[in-house]
Amino acid sequence: MQAKKMERRKQKNGHATGSNRFWLGLVSFVTALLVWQAITSLSNLPAFILPSPCEVWERFLRALMDGSLLKHTGATLLEVLLGLLAGSLSATILGYLIAKSRSFERLISPYLVASQAIPTVAIAPLLVIWFGPGMFSKVLISALIVFFPVLVNTIVGLRAVPPALNDLMRSLHASRLQVLLQLEIPAALPIFLGGLRIGATLSVIGAVVGEFVGADSGLGFLINVGRGQYDTALVFVAIFTLITLALLLYGLVAWGESRLLIWQEIYEE
Amino acid sequence: MTKTNPAPILVVKDLTTVFPDADGGLHALDRVSFTVRSQEFVCVLGPSGSGKSTLLRVLAGLINPTSGELKFQVDSSNQPKIGIVFQHANLMPWRRALENVSLPLELQGMHKKQAREKAIELFQQVGLQGFEDSWPRELSGGMAQRVGIARALAHDPEILLLDEPFGLLDALTREHMWTELLNIWGARQKTILMVTHSISEALFLADRVLVLTQRPGSIKLDLPVILPRPRQDEMRYTPAFGKLARQLKEAIGEH
Repeated sequence: MQAKKMERRKQKNGHATGSNRFWLGLVSFVTALLVWQAITSLSNLPAFILPSPCEVWERFLRALMDGSLLKHTGATLLEVLLGLLAGSLSATILGYLIAKSRSFERLISPYLVASQAIPTVAIAPLLVIWFGPGMFSKVLISALIVFFPVLVNTIVGLRAVPPALNDLMRSLHASRLQVLLQLEIPAALPIFLGGLRIGATLSVIGAVVGEFVGADSGLGFLINVGRGQYDTALVFVAIFTLITLALLLYGLVAWGESRLLIWQEIYEE
Repeated sequence: MTKTNPAPILVVKDLTTVFPDADGGLHALDRVSFTVRSQEFVCVLGPSGSGKSTLLRVLAGLINPTSGELKFQVDSSNQPKIGIVFQHANLMPWRRALENVSLPLELQGMHKKQAREKAIELFQQVGLQGFEDSWPRELSGGMAQRVGIARALAHDPEILLLDEPFGLLDALTREHMWTELLNIWGARQKTILMVTHSISEALFLADRVLVLTQRPGSIKLDLPVILPRPRQDEMRYTPAFGKLARQLKEAIGEH
């Protein structure tokens, strides 16, 4: 058994070890920065069209020092987290009901499918008009965007519960709650978490779209301000912060996945 | 060899199962009647599509019969405790091997630690010590099926239902598992009802073999297996074994 594990580890190392991957990533990142710097210094483009990496870095430090970057990042982060939570929670509950009851599914699925034909981005202005430029409308847009992928994956995940294991639980006279906790949740988890991972990145998009439409804080608002003042370096700072935010969220879900799904081969330590 | 203990534990009478479908329904079982005595080892043999698995699922309470009677005569309360072993080991991949065995105990409300201790005992009985913390995917087919058997025994069921449990194993492993199953059966004094399509498997293991006909399945032959126990490998080459095998073969062959 031990030997088998070692064998597998060796195979994995054949592709790329952790530290190897880190260095490759760093090299690619530094190269991209150098190319960017070269373009700006060779092309003589004005800074409001394409600022150099150094200018962006300086602007980043300035925004960091005066506290504006943290404030806006905090606002967006809060919207994103609340949106993700609200969207995935409601999607999970609704998904469970749909997966469990055919008649409920027939009742509600036409509306769900139709609602997906409406691009959330397009109705964002409407939501801001209705619910004001405060945080609530952003959370709502973010939640709406997160909702569908999590819903679909919850349903697919629950439908993927092996029927034979259902038989087993029934033959053991397991209660409804026991079936949920011991069978349905763990069996649906891999597919559900896949949906949550998509939802995590989408939630950032949802919040930023809402901020574009109308807001007085957040990274989307910061991008708008930067654009209005031809402070393109600030736009870059906000974009990079957003990317970092999305990556962190994605990484958080992926990390959770690797802990929860340790029984799957790909996550073996 | 029929046991001296004659008390019936399971009485099946005129059991009929029809699966409803568009054209009148699929008639799977037709007036099946038989009795299983306590601590008896009964094999149900039949061609594929004879409703063997349906019969087992009805006995397990997973399907309601269309008509007929099904009575467990057990000491424990209303519901008989049943242990099932499936053709696929059917383990929960997110539970470690030992946790799969302790599942029935945990479902009964036993404390996790206590359930684990009891599971360890069973684990040793099926010869799996050292693999307690393995994931199901790390186990071979035979090992996984042993976990399945240990799990079926965990809550100390009155009757064990086995659905072609060794059908997917290679021949050597399968024959090895026969002996192990007989050891477990002897040690734990269980009643076993096992579905199989292998004549030699049925004869090697059972006290009695029931042969089902093609669909709709009904009992064609109820053959006592008068062969000495403990059953040994060489026995399969004796004339007595051959004669019984021929009888079964003929019963399956005719339609």
